[in-house]
Amino acid sequence: MRLYVLHRMGQAAVVLWAAYTVSFLILVLLPGDAIAALTGAGGAAASVSPERLAELRREYGVDKPVLVQYGTHLADAVRGDFGASFATGRPVGSLIAEALPQTLTLTLTALALALVLGAGVALAATYGSRPWLRQLLLSLPPLVGSVPAFWVGLMLIQFLSFRFRIFPAFGDDGWRGLVLPALTLAVPTAAIVAQVLARSLTTALAEPYVRTARAKGAGPVRVHLRHALRNASLPALTVAGLLVGGLLANSVLVETVFSRNGLGRVIVAAVTAQDVPVVQGVVVLSAAVFVVVNLIVDLLSPLVDPRIVLTGTGGRT
Amino acid sequence: MTTSLLRRPGLALSVLVVALVVLAACLPGLLAPADPLRGVPEQRFQPPSASHWFGTDELGRDLYARVVHGAALSLKATLVAVAVAFVAGGAIGGVAGFAGGRIDGVLMRAVDVLLSIPALFLSLALVTALGRGTLNVAVAVGAASVAAFSRVMRAEVLRVRQAAYVDAARVCGVRWGGVLFRHVLPNARGPVIALATLDLGTAVLAVASLGFLGYGAPPPAPEWGTLISGGRDYLANAWWLSTLPGLVVVATVLSLNRIARALDGERLHR
Repeated sequence: MRLYVLHRMGQAAVVLWAAYTVSFLILVLLPGDAIAALTGAGGAAASVSPERLAELRREYGVDKPVLVQYGTHLADAVRGDFGASFATGRPVGSLIAEALPQTLTLTLTALALALVLGAGVALAATYGSRPWLRQLLLSLPPLVGSVPAFWVGLMLIQFLSFRFRIFPAFGDDGWRGLVLPALTLAVPTAAIVAQVLARSLTTALAEPYVRTARAKGAGPVRVHLRHALRNASLPALTVAGLLVGGLLANSVLVETVFSRNGLGRVIVAAVTAQDVPVVQGVVVLSAAVFVVVNLIVDLLSPLVDPRIVLTGTGGRT
Repeated sequence: MTTSLLRRPGLALSVLVVALVVLAACLPGLLAPADPLRGVPEQRFQPPSASHWFGTDELGRDLYARVVHGAALSLKATLVAVAVAFVAGGAIGGVAGFAGGRIDGVLMRAVDVLLSIPALFLSLALVTALGRGTLNVAVAVGAASVAAFSRVMRAEVLRVRQAAYVDAARVCGVRWGGVLFRHVLPNARGPVIALATLDLGTAVLAVASLGFLGYGAPPPAPEWGTLISGGRDYLANAWWLSTLPGLVVVATVLSLNRIARALDGERLHR
């Protein structure tokens, strides 16, 4: 078990290193002059002399050979130092740390909401034998998947904030301000949960153990929740990494729609200003979240299904 | 073909919607004669009516004309995005599957890394590097789906490579290039094309998202994502500005997905 954890942590470190390298390749090697963009950001591009530009390049270390840049940046990143923002000069780490709590509150609320909504739809669709209800509920997730998340947010603001004045449209104070953004963020995630869970519930309900449980006199609710759901939740658990990644990505749009502070606003501002260190920091963070969530899922899966044994070489049997 | 379409009204409607979008992209003047860029100041914030189907915006421009003329930009970006993903992903997956061994290992590990970064973040990193604009957004969106295409292409090439006719071609002395292009790729393309049709809807959404964030075409040009975000400031008094362009995006994506599913289903049935 300990060996397994160590092995997986090693794998996670390799993925993170690779994600850092990919973001470095994209951001530093592609044509696009961050320093010129930086000085031109205020519309004063003409006022910056070539000498001053060269000086700035030296200051930010972008005049050195690429491999040297990569080496120094990577060494810094390993120590947790992602450099300073081009635009504000503040360390990327503290910029992210400042914005993270709001985004975490939003995404975790949305995740909880999505799990409840998604599981609700999947359970209702597979429970009982009303084909029309089943058809209706199962056609919802693909429909939701075709709707832009930011548009859902705008529609919610329009109806629930402006027309009926139930929830505030903007700002990040209190739980009332959290309802609409969390709902917007939860809807696409809930669609994926519902799809995966409905499929695995259908498979589970056809298994012999369900018939055994029924034969032993278990009621339909007990069979559904105690026997089928527990077995069906494992496939849903394996997409958790994908779900959390999607939540983090969609939070960029949702935070923009609802004018909330958070990681999404930080990256949108950074992309607009071509603030390379900040963008890179957020990208690597998102990869780290994906890796950590997958690691947690793998460690949790033996609790859901005791037949899974974690072995030292990283395989699961 | 036509009779099977009539028996499936949902599919027929989807084909119609996509045909209209394509028509709007190619000949916008035919569907909407009004000028999408010229505003009439006296006609600001007109709700939808017979003369302005989708109403007018804050400058008095006809929203319907803007949506119709925006189809060209949005559709172009979508096609470029899918083409980038198809070509780059197909090449990576094809080489990995065909070469095998260490090359396969390295390429597929790289693909795994791309999958660990959420698509939107990957696109945002590319927009940072390439700058804004419709074409750059399209490339950024396409790059984010390269990983999915590589995986499908590799799996297909691996499957086809083991077929007897590939061995036969080799034994007959066909060079590797000939084997790859004449025997392996044509037989491996089915699922990749199915993925490409499915990816069209995803790409429309991703392009609209980046447009909404403000990285698409610069202001006066109409683009679907930009149109939706343009109505954001007037949600309280002009509901149509964000709602109607959004509905057009939803209808387009739904139709594309419906057609993709139908194509996929027919392929599986054969």
